[in-house]
Amino acid sequence: MDKNISFTLKIWRQKSPKAKGAFAIYEMKDIPGDTSFLEMLDILNEDLVNKGEEPVVFDHDCREGICGMCSLYINGHPHGPEGAVTTCQLFMRKFKDGETITVEPWRSAGFPVIKDLIVDRTSYDKIIQAGGYVSVNTGAPEDANTCRISKEVADEAMDSASCIGCGACVAACKNGSAMLFVSAKVSQLAVLPQGKVEAARRAKAMLSKMDELGFGNCTNTRACEAECPKSISIINIARLNREYIKAKLKD
Amino acid sequence: MATIESKIPEGQLAEKWTNYKAHQKLVNPANKRRLDVIIVGTGLAGASAAASLGEMGFQVLNFCIQDSPRRAHSIAAQGGINAAKNYQNDGDSVYRLFYDTIKGGDYRSRESNVYRLAEVSNAIIDQCVAQGVPFARDYGGTLDNRSFGGAQVSRTFYAKGQTGQQLLLGAYSALSRQVQKGTVKLFTRYEMMDVVMIDGRARGIIARNLITGELERFSAHAVVIGTGGYGNAYFLSTNAMSCNCSALIQCYKKGAYFANPAFVQIHPTCIPVHGDKQSKLTLMSESLRNDGRIWVPKKLEDAKAIQAGTKRPTEIPDEDRDFYLERRYPAFGNLVPRDVASRAAKERCDAGYGVNPTGLAVFLDFKYAFDRLGKDVVAARYGNLFDMYKEITDEDPYTTPMMIFPAIHYTMGGIWVDYELMTSVKGLFAIGEANYSDHGANRLGASALMQGLADGYFVLPYTIQNYLSDQISVPRFANDSKEFLAAEKAVSDKINKLMSIKGKRSVDSIHKELGHILWDCVGMGRTKEGLEKAIKELAAIRKEFWSNVRVPGQVKDMNTELEKALRVADFIDMGELIAYDALNREESCGGHFREEHQTPEGEAKRDDENFFYVSCWNYKGEGVKPELLKEELKYEFTKVQTRNYKA
Repeated sequence: MDKNISFTLKIWRQKSPKAKGAFAIYEMKDIPGDTSFLEMLDILNEDLVNKGEEPVVFDHDCREGICGMCSLYINGHPHGPEGAVTTCQLFMRKFKDGETITVEPWRSAGFPVIKDLIVDRTSYDKIIQAGGYVSVNTGAPEDANTCRISKEVADEAMDSASCIGCGACVAACKNGSAMLFVSAKVSQLAVLPQGKVEAARRAKAMLSKMDELGFGNCTNTRACEAECPKSISIINIARLNREYIKAKLKD
Repeated sequence: MATIESKIPEGQLAEKWTNYKAHQKLVNPANKRRLDVIIVGTGLAGASAAASLGEMGFQVLNFCIQDSPRRAHSIAAQGGINAAKNYQNDGDSVYRLFYDTIKGGDYRSRESNVYRLAEVSNAIIDQCVAQGVPFARDYGGTLDNRSFGGAQVSRTFYAKGQTGQQLLLGAYSALSRQVQKGTVKLFTRYEMMDVVMIDGRARGIIARNLITGELERFSAHAVVIGTGGYGNAYFLSTNAMSCNCSALIQCYKKGAYFANPAFVQIHPTCIPVHGDKQSKLTLMSESLRNDGRIWVPKKLEDAKAIQAGTKRPTEIPDEDRDFYLERRYPAFGNLVPRDVASRAAKERCDAGYGVNPTGLAVFLDFKYAFDRLGKDVVAARYGNLFDMYKEITDEDPYTTPMMIFPAIHYTMGGIWVDYELMTSVKGLFAIGEANYSDHGANRLGASALMQGLADGYFVLPYTIQNYLSDQISVPRFANDSKEFLAAEKAVSDKINKLMSIKGKRSVDSIHKELGHILWDCVGMGRTKEGLEKAIKELAAIRKEFWSNVRVPGQVKDMNTELEKALRVADFIDMGELIAYDALNREESCGGHFREEHQTPEGEAKRDDENFFYVSCWNYKGEGVKPELLKEELKYEFTKVQTRNYKA
């Protein structure tokens, strides 16, 4: 059995996009170690509601690490100090008794704060809309097995496709770059024969949309890869750069 | 009394869908541009429908409550998607997939719909591969398959343990392409509050902007609901936190029948409950039953020692382990359907053989798979699931067996639809888990993804035209007509009423209480006495909620407590519906187990003479027992039998 811990929460509170935010301090007592980080916030919120105060709002949904909704910056790390997990998969047993835990929203020009810990990530949708797809209508032309794809290529595409679109890479990057996110989608579709046809157009369109939306550039610090809850590799960024250069050379 | 018109086409089973498509009415391209369709939900069903209708040229308005369509809970489906490709040359066919599905559903689904589902299953795989969905492949470059419960063939396509994610991202990419083209307009962080009816037809919705709290009015020629199931009524389930049944309940209150609400799926392989602060339950994919063996100790004293923590499971020798599924169901073993596996786990735990401190868990053991295949092979198949299990429980499934227990997972019941997926309200359609259509009393593994995408890509885009073809002369609607204003005011009044209660109970505390009642009385084992008690207690909960709930914050602001309160109000109504239906259905079938109706061996005892029908509940007012209508099931091609997974 995990033991209970007590700690201090320092949480960013901000009433609205334009309002000035500040940290609020909450003391948490006797939280069981097998409580998830978000369940711990549920306990805090239940307390606040019972006192007639407004709860802390934060994005969360599936609570099993796949929807990409949760997005907390904990003790200076997106999704907390544990590697390769989302916030919802972080458990209180990983924290020490008596410690101060700082919780902030993603901070980046591309993700403005809406309220408290919730940010606006619609820019990610816009990048995908710019070209993150294979242009094929419903009613596919051929049997799925007509197009053979080697296991290695399929696995490689799958690794890139594991991105959950949470935005941790942007939050981790000192330039606020969305390169890891963009490159994961570009790579998945560039290695598969289905996506090759429009690979050049896709790479250019997605990158130019990324720039337009205020995300920064990549300077190879690798912070994104280190903080990615799905361990998406920066090899994807290298491939994106190659795809982009190839596309530009063709112009 | 209202009548049920299912609109099943004439002809042989295998020809019905072809005949329908050949003779249905279509809308020409110029007219499509003048027709608006609202689609609520962006999961597999909603996103694929929005993308397909957009491609065809309709003007689509697509809504979701999350910040992006890609967050819909379809994303969490792990195991796979079924199709009758017969790539493994193991004797699969459209007919066999149809038969397994209708048998798996314990003969309570509509024959024609299930056949159509099996028929379009292959096109789904083709479509997803064309979109770049990275399904698992064999070394020769062809697609790989795995087995799932309730089938004796390998027909499940998968992408690691993240099949739902990859299929949803495929549908999301198709949807995003249409957003770029301007055929689909996307509304994220919007929640549907009500359907707007004009002259007996669904003509729009009232939605709440979850960022500003403002109510907004949207009009269209047809409204499609793809908002998933109602599992979260039970508070603890494998559903995501925001999954809710409010859209379904609003449709029901506007005259859409609610079909088979008692058919709720309890999934056998979930991580057991660990404490009262728990917010949700995590599923461990059914695919694990391909290689894991389920057992509890044979001897009661061993079970007691494990519960007390004085004995480790690894200390129990093979001969003292009771592989109860293999013992009871030799032909299907660990791969019996979900309802059978869940009940068998409950039976062992009720008898005292449970294996965690609460006595509510059984083992899922991979020792035998490690011996047979090696750790590397097992890790390649299930590594991500093992990691997830370890992260949550702090125990390593490579060295000690996993512990699992059944949990609420999926709801086969839903809004009643005819063959065209239209509800009993004209112009109102329901797709995916939101409708009741294809799974009868129990859904087979890897069939939810199949149904969501079948409805969205290949069924609704045809059938909705049969309705819309009559609407081409109907001009776009103003959204400030008296009907829209009245609907908006009703929603606003309801919200203000909730805010003005200012009681003492948090929304979650009431939701948890509701969940306990439903799990205890309307869960895995149901009795007349328990259900009558539940109906009384639910009435009391409704009263408590509407007189003592506390919702802090403002109406015109982002207010997550208000969002939850509105959903819980509907979960209470939903709970009541489930209980009424379970009480009426004096038989056991699929996920619905009435303890009074079982064989001496404890198997479900169906009553085809009296209950061979879909129960359709017609709303009659707040707190009033709804009217029961029956759609008699007519099987022309299938022989209804007792399900047998033993031989």
